[in-house]
Amino acid sequence: MASLDRAEVARLAALARIDLDDRDLDRLSGQLSAIVDAVAKVQEVATPDVPATSHPIPMSNVHRPDEVRPSLSQEDALAAAPAAESGRFRVPQILGEEA
Amino acid sequence: MRNLNRLTAQAMVDAFSSGKMTSVQATEAALDRIAQVDGAVHAFLHVDAEGALEAAEAVDKDRAAGKSLPLLAGVPVAVKDVLVTKGLPTTAGSRILEGWMPPYDATVVERLKAARMPIIGKTNMDEFAMGSSTEHSGYGPTHNPWDLDRIPGGSGGGSAASLAAFEVPLAIGSDTGGSIRQPAAVTGTVGVKPTYGAVSRYGVIALASSLDQVGPCARTVHDAALLHEVIAGHDPRDATSLPEAVPPVVTAANRGRQDGLEGVRVGVIKELTGEGFQSGVRQRFEEAIHQLSSLGAKVTEVSCPSFAYALAAYYLILPSEASSNLAKYDSVRFGLRVDDGGTIERVMGATRAAGFGDEVKRRIILGTYALSAGYYDAYYGSAQKVRTLIQRDFGEAFGAVDVLVSPTCPTTAFRLGEQVDDPLTMYLNDIATIPANLAGIPGMSLPIGLAPEDGLPVGLQILAPARVDDRLYRVGAALEGALVDVWAGTLLTQAPPLEGVPV
Amino acid sequence: MSATTDSYEEVLERFDPVFGIEVHVELNTQTKLFCGCANGFGAEPNTQVCPVCLGLPGSLPVTNAKAVESAIRLGLALGCSIRESSRFARKNYFYPDLAKDYQISQYDEPTCYDGAIDVILGDGTTVTIGIERAHIEEDAGKNTHVGGTGGIQGADYSLVDYNRGGVPLVEIVTKPVTGMGLRTAEVARAYVATIRDIVKALGISDGRMEQGSLRADVNLSLRPQAGPGGDQNEIPFGKRSETKNVNSLRAIEKAIHFEVARQGALLSAGKAVTQETRHWHEDTNSTTPGRSKEEADDYRYFPEPDLMPVEPTEEWIEELRATLPEHPGVIRARLQAEWGFADLEMRDVVAADAVGIIEDTVAAGASPQAARKWWMGELARIANETGTDLADLPVTPEDVAELQDLVASGALNDKLARQALAGTLAGEGSPRAVAEARGLAIVSDGAALESAVDAALASQPDVLAKIQDGKVQAAGAIVGAVMKATGGQADAALVRAIILRRAGVEG
Ligand SMILES: [Mg+2]
Ligand SMILES: [Zn+2]
Repeated sequence: MASLDRAEVARLAALARIDLDDRDLDRLSGQLSAIVDAVAKVQEVATPDVPATSHPIPMSNVHRPDEVRPSLSQEDALAAAPAAESGRFRVPQILGEEA
Repeated sequence: MRNLNRLTAQAMVDAFSSGKMTSVQATEAALDRIAQVDGAVHAFLHVDAEGALEAAEAVDKDRAAGKSLPLLAGVPVAVKDVLVTKGLPTTAGSRILEGWMPPYDATVVERLKAARMPIIGKTNMDEFAMGSSTEHSGYGPTHNPWDLDRIPGGSGGGSAASLAAFEVPLAIGSDTGGSIRQPAAVTGTVGVKPTYGAVSRYGVIALASSLDQVGPCARTVHDAALLHEVIAGHDPRDATSLPEAVPPVVTAANRGRQDGLEGVRVGVIKELTGEGFQSGVRQRFEEAIHQLSSLGAKVTEVSCPSFAYALAAYYLILPSEASSNLAKYDSVRFGLRVDDGGTIERVMGATRAAGFGDEVKRRIILGTYALSAGYYDAYYGSAQKVRTLIQRDFGEAFGAVDVLVSPTCPTTAFRLGEQVDDPLTMYLNDIATIPANLAGIPGMSLPIGLAPEDGLPVGLQILAPARVDDRLYRVGAALEGALVDVWAGTLLTQAPPLEGVPV
Repeated sequence: MSATTDSYEEVLERFDPVFGIEVHVELNTQTKLFCGCANGFGAEPNTQVCPVCLGLPGSLPVTNAKAVESAIRLGLALGCSIRESSRFARKNYFYPDLAKDYQISQYDEPTCYDGAIDVILGDGTTVTIGIERAHIEEDAGKNTHVGGTGGIQGADYSLVDYNRGGVPLVEIVTKPVTGMGLRTAEVARAYVATIRDIVKALGISDGRMEQGSLRADVNLSLRPQAGPGGDQNEIPFGKRSETKNVNSLRAIEKAIHFEVARQGALLSAGKAVTQETRHWHEDTNSTTPGRSKEEADDYRYFPEPDLMPVEPTEEWIEELRATLPEHPGVIRARLQAEWGFADLEMRDVVAADAVGIIEDTVAAGASPQAARKWWMGELARIANETGTDLADLPVTPEDVAELQDLVASGALNDKLARQALAGTLAGEGSPRAVAEARGLAIVSDGAALESAVDAALASQPDVLAKIQDGKVQAAGAIVGAVMKATGGQADAALVRAIILRRAGVEG
């Protein structure tokens, strides 16, 4: 398994929406490939006969009744928004001109 | 009364009911102590003097009027900044949430309020609970009250230090891989990670959803039990919340202190002793084992071979879940926005670059990798299988013994700055605490003495099967009682004074 | 476009079309999928939101039991197996209308899988469509674009309303449908209409495509015809396009026509079809490519750690099965018998997707034949002229029943009724309100009609003579003249009686 090189870290950072400059990439890719090499150890014992565990304490059918609960006021909902307009959250353009 | 800030929660309760002290006095003592020492310790990110005093006054008034009050009414408590508090700033130690005022309270915060406990403030932590030293806080590190040049553990270093510095008698922590237990161990305090689902996660800022668990932090096992009973219990707002009644942890603690451990089977985890553990830690641990035997426990050695893979599995599962949980910090609905005039995609990238620290970035990228197409089976999928193997190891062990024990961490508190740029070394601090989170079982750390080589606290970890958290308290209280008798006071009474420490 | 587009029919002489449809059904639960916020349409922006559906730090989802129940009932109605243990997963991608920047959906373990439903075409042919899966997921919020042309491209900025965020959806995915030839578009449309009828009959959704409570994505590809003696099954599928948000029955048909023609032209010219997402444009009846992405989607699905698996008991499933309504085909047969429609009449009604509409009109008080007459006559003509589906016309079954009542009671004649209907379609109110506002009423005032008849007879003395001669049918010309003079509002029967009396002939 190839460990994390600089290009792969750049791809993952883009996927995770974290801008990294060249210095960040140099620093993080070294640390990350060391970590990935260390954690790859799990593959030694993860044989096909072993089932996966996603929840530590198994339960099922944990549902709630279909009953309306109070919502936030529009004011409270928008109170922490970096920008808002007409009762809505305002965000920069989603697609650039060139798209 | 003098030195009010040194009282345990139980002592405060007694003093309230005998009329020797008021909640306002207890709260003022806490606030005064914070004013005196927190400049040096930096356990708190935010102190709510006004709100705490208001709550204390209301309790005193009701008590004077003869109204019946919950047991811990009037006892001040500190809350890790990972729990959301309505109208109080909540940051999870991250710059990306600087100034955020949540519009709601976490269930645990609601329960503290219902228990009429004045909330003194929010404690410091590694950013989004990622770390073992509190050095990854976006707001500067917390210092260990035993030695201000050393780390207080992490991620909940603020809660542990606030207890060790005698700022508050009780605090709330959260433990994803040891963030309650490891800080407790290195600060000479008590910390409990309950069974997964025993305490509601609603309003707890998620790190890794299948591992996170909130728990009590205190200076004694009995105090921890009192707080445990306030915060635990089913919450319909958390689908992973256990439906059963809370086990009787206070009764169990009292029973352990009074009756000892006759017939209790204690297993020493072979893989979590020996190599890699500091000699003073091993020495105190062995002495504690003898104490347990002399209390009547039957001690044997137990092997958990899959624990060798626990750290690796943890550093795949945690980053994977965290990479998804931390996606919401996108500058749209709350928190930081760095707007350079580009598209929302660019603004998200710039915001997250500026708002997250290095450790958070490392783990998000690692988790993104472990989940991405083509790598899922090899990494995340394999880690989930290791989780099964670790559960099987615990299942077998608990077939033979009632509780398992190990040192809580391999070393005493290391120096600030020593490991901060070496993530793999930092991760090793949690080697003994992580298996409990992977399996969902409860664990406690309690102080068992000072390492001779550095005079710093050593912690012992007790683990019990899922849902029987009371067993931790029985064994912990018994051992603590025996040790306190030997020391003629809690370990913390041996801590150096902080008065007059330059800020 | 037309220069490079072969006709649908030409293309299908050489290619076998393969299609698949993903229908998103918005459930009509009281609350959202994972929180107690009201699930409703049309509220003020960001007033049906809470920490959970705004994705605020610390919040956690808890699944709505009713949504699970609705999904299982829908799965059963689609002939699906219900998985013993199904679970939610997170689909991770960043988008401002997705509050948590991941969607809680089902991935490798959907609640309902492997079903089939019968779809009845206009001529009575039944086609069985395989169902791959039906899974539960949450909806996203709604973006509004400001500046530029109002679209996403070139907008200055966007505004987000999370009221719809977290609304429960069931996504129904068909297996690939092959071998439908020229009927491909018709089958696709009839399939979506059947899904709509099923969800309405189950009462789990209002199924209104125009409001977005039922939304369809259409996948289409072409593969060469095997030719004589060849085995079509051995020919692999071609590259497909996925056309998003095709949100009316008519558009389903048109989108398939367009994509068949477009892809056929490319293949005939020796070019390749690109596997891509395309957008449907209602105004031009065409599709255009979506944003081309540099990197392939990598949604990093993993099991949702905040939710537990759905594990319905056998007993619960059987209880839900007992609540299922009849299949739309069975309902149709029953209704045809009840209404007394001829086979041909019923086929037209089915083809026009008017079964439910006529049922509602009859329920509102109209006779079945009258309901059929209005919907299949005047209204079908108007729908056709304006390029809309009958269901999307701004007139309700109640309006049509009221209109028919006005005719039956003698208040309006057919001509006036059409005027009243035009008013309703123009947004002037119900037919009765339009008739009142416009003063539409049959004139049966004897004196006024008598003078109108006298005037008409005076101007056409030859006609009067014919009538008096016994050629009573000649009276029609005078009736026509009187109707013209009264703006069509005269009571024709009364006019005729007056004419005959004036002519000294009793009718
Ligand atoms: Mg979907
Ligand atoms: Zn909500």
